Amino acid sequence: MKKANWLLLVLVLALSMFLAACSGGDDSDTGSDGGSDGGDGEDTEGSGDTEQVLNLMETAEIPTMDVSMATDAVAFQWLGSTMDGLYRLGEEAKPEPAIAEDHEVSEDGINWTFNLREDATWSNGDPVTANDFVYAWQRAVDPDTGSEYGPYMLGGVIDNATEIADGDKPVEELGVEATDDYTLEVTLEKATPYFESMTAFGTFLPLNESFVEEAGEDYALEADTLLSNGPFKFTEWNQSEGWTLEKNEDYWDADNVQLEEINVSVVKETSTGVNLYNNGEVDRASLTAEYVDEYRSSEDYRVIEEPTLFYLKMNQENEILANENARKAIQMIMDRQSMVETILNNGSIAATGDIPKNFTTHPETEEDFRDINGDLVETNKEEAQELWSTAKEELGIDEAEIGYLGGDTETSKNMDAYLKSQLEELEGLTVNVQAVPFQERLDRDTAMDYDLQNSGWGPDYIDPNTFLNMWVTDGANNKTGYSNEEYDALIEEAGDELALEPVERYENFLEAEKILIQDDAVIAPLYQRATAYLWNSSVKDVGVNPMGADFDYKYAYKE
Amino acid sequence: MARYITQRLVYMVITMFLIATFTFFLMKFLPGTPLSAADRLSEEQQAVVLAKYGLDDPVPVQYFNYMVNLVQGDLGISFQFDNREVTTIILDRIGPSLQIGLQAMIIGTLLGMLLGLVSAIYHNGFLDYGSTFTAVIGQSVPSFVFAGIFQYFVGVKLGWFPVALWGTWEHTVMPTLSLAIFPLAIAARFMRTEMLEVMGSDYITTARAKGVNKFGVVFKHGVRNALIPLITVLGPLAVGLMTGTLVIESIFAVPGIGDQFVKSINTNDFPIIMGTTLFFAFFFIIIVLVIDLLYGIIDPRIRLAEGE
Repeated sequence: MKKANWLLLVLVLALSMFLAACSGGDDSDTGSDGGSDGGDGEDTEGSGDTEQVLNLMETAEIPTMDVSMATDAVAFQWLGSTMDGLYRLGEEAKPEPAIAEDHEVSEDGINWTFNLREDATWSNGDPVTANDFVYAWQRAVDPDTGSEYGPYMLGGVIDNATEIADGDKPVEELGVEATDDYTLEVTLEKATPYFESMTAFGTFLPLNESFVEEAGEDYALEADTLLSNGPFKFTEWNQSEGWTLEKNEDYWDADNVQLEEINVSVVKETSTGVNLYNNGEVDRASLTAEYVDEYRSSEDYRVIEEPTLFYLKMNQENEILANENARKAIQMIMDRQSMVETILNNGSIAATGDIPKNFTTHPETEEDFRDINGDLVETNKEEAQELWSTAKEELGIDEAEIGYLGGDTETSKNMDAYLKSQLEELEGLTVNVQAVPFQERLDRDTAMDYDLQNSGWGPDYIDPNTFLNMWVTDGANNKTGYSNEEYDALIEEAGDELALEPVERYENFLEAEKILIQDDAVIAPLYQRATAYLWNSSVKDVGVNPMGADFDYKYAYKE
Repeated sequence: MARYITQRLVYMVITMFLIATFTFFLMKFLPGTPLSAADRLSEEQQAVVLAKYGLDDPVPVQYFNYMVNLVQGDLGISFQFDNREVTTIILDRIGPSLQIGLQAMIIGTLLGMLLGLVSAIYHNGFLDYGSTFTAVIGQSVPSFVFAGIFQYFVGVKLGWFPVALWGTWEHTVMPTLSLAIFPLAIAARFMRTEMLEVMGSDYITTARAKGVNKFGVVFKHGVRNALIPLITVLGPLAVGLMTGTLVIESIFAVPGIGDQFVKSINTNDFPIIMGTTLFFAFFFIIIVLVIDLLYGIIDPRIRLAEGE
């Protein structure tokens, strides 16, 4: 066998040499160019004057660069790199002034007045004015636009957004108005303390009305039907191949932008990305579990935590899962730590609550939410068995069989198989795993046609509400049948009476999380996602955001 | 001939119509919606957006609308890539796929034929065993294994060709080679078998007896006869290679159409599912027609339905 492999290799190599030789011909010049490609990088590394060019990869194409249509990480990433909203997420995800210089909020927290800077321009020279925001936000909720995130993000926040999206009111009635070119008046539906950080999100970015209208159907389809008002601008965009961004010299804060160029290639295979990285062609490559052990000790190895949480949803319409002790037993039997270490192996951390680590801090003490509430679930196999016996007694059964809805990717299949074996440690429990495509899982979640479901959630804005609000009675994304008046009251109070009392409001969320996880055991937290990377260590100051654009290259530079 | 072709073209239109119809109704059985944020939106919010794209109509109505547009040459707008026309998406991506597919077919077939020929001529000799061995490996080892080997050894270790990505002719070398191995193996095997059979025929002996030299006989009589089965097998294979291959394209980061065959289904991007399917079917039907016409040219014994 060994010999056959060796022979094969020789054969393959011989063949490629032969073909290389015959296709080379008169192109020998370009041939040597290609050969020295790798060397270019090394040359510049040695000299003191480093080329400020970043070479990156994305695993997917940009689905859209239309602010109103964007829904996914790739779109928000490159919108964020080329555009400035009212605010921009800075260090530790704190909003810093961007197009807005500052703002005032009325006492009731409803009326927000943003004062815009007068030196901001679009890349075609037009000034960025308050009307650009009015136009963009109206467009986002206009049912004719067909936006998904418009009604989702603005609905319930900006006055009349929901009614407009449903077609019950004209777009002009949206609670946003340009009192003059540089003053934007926003009327909220109710006091929303996290609105400032929301204005940094992709859906709230401005649009240049005359440019968008002129481009019509072609808007945001090519590099030249795009407009930038942010640190970088598109100079080339080849859909499935990649795109090139250059520093936007007209950016109001151009002095603080050091990178001259960002090249992005679409590379879908992790192994290909790693090979390109090792060849010095790219500055960053993401790693999947099987590569982590090989590179963990490398100085280029970096782990980026995300505030995205994964958990088992437990459908309380199921007779067994309606039993609180059964749910608690499920929470407790699973060994999360060994799961993140062996199955995921990419820096992901075991989740012990509904709010991820390093996501929000207490408004006064600045302590992390997770640190205050601590571990709300822990692994305790003995106690789990006891709870399970009690549950079985209460239900009057000896054996139980429950379904488990999981994903159909390689990683999720491994994880689900592991969790199945963990869950089946509960005596008499049989877990039937069903691996289904994502779309199927969504359908069955909506129909509540599942028992256990491996599910996940990432934040839409930086506030505990984005994770906790969904579990209220009949919440659109609840779909577990969970309903607790006390919990509902805490969340509602946080959104209404306490909206302007940051400390009390935060306490409400802390209390609500305890009820959700500890008392009522609605979900069984699994892990908080992280991604392992190989990251060129000469690249400095890339910002990492918990939402919107995952990375901020505004202040990044190469040493 | 003209009548034959016209007849075939009529069948082609019918076939395309049937394929479009089947695909359309099958695709409507897919779970989920084409919305990309369906996990976030409430059912009411989803309904508003679906209505905007006419997806709340009954399926037969949607089918009728689609077919009316299709006849006018309008394949619709993609859901994954907002506002982008299906035609543009396919045309943007088909270029690289066609290029490496075609290169692989040409290189693979020519080399394979050569290999098969050598095998046949030196039947049971060392060269025969060598080329048969190559053919067996080439046919049984999947192309992505070769792709991985090429990328690591030729790209990373030796640095002869770019590891991946797209741009210059050098970028096409490794994907082309990885794809070429399968047609090469097929061509070599068929060539060898056919040649051995043909070379044993009486008329070959006659030709030899009349004084035609060995190589003359091989090329004039042998190769031509071996082409018939070869074309039958390689034609459809060529369609597969030229319309994009998911694995090779993603390993070498080729900006081709390959992944859209799968991704459009996973994302319920109905217009793209239809577009890629019809495109593939069209290509396939054309190739089959070309093959049938080629039969007549290569082998005069095969008469087209002229007289009927």
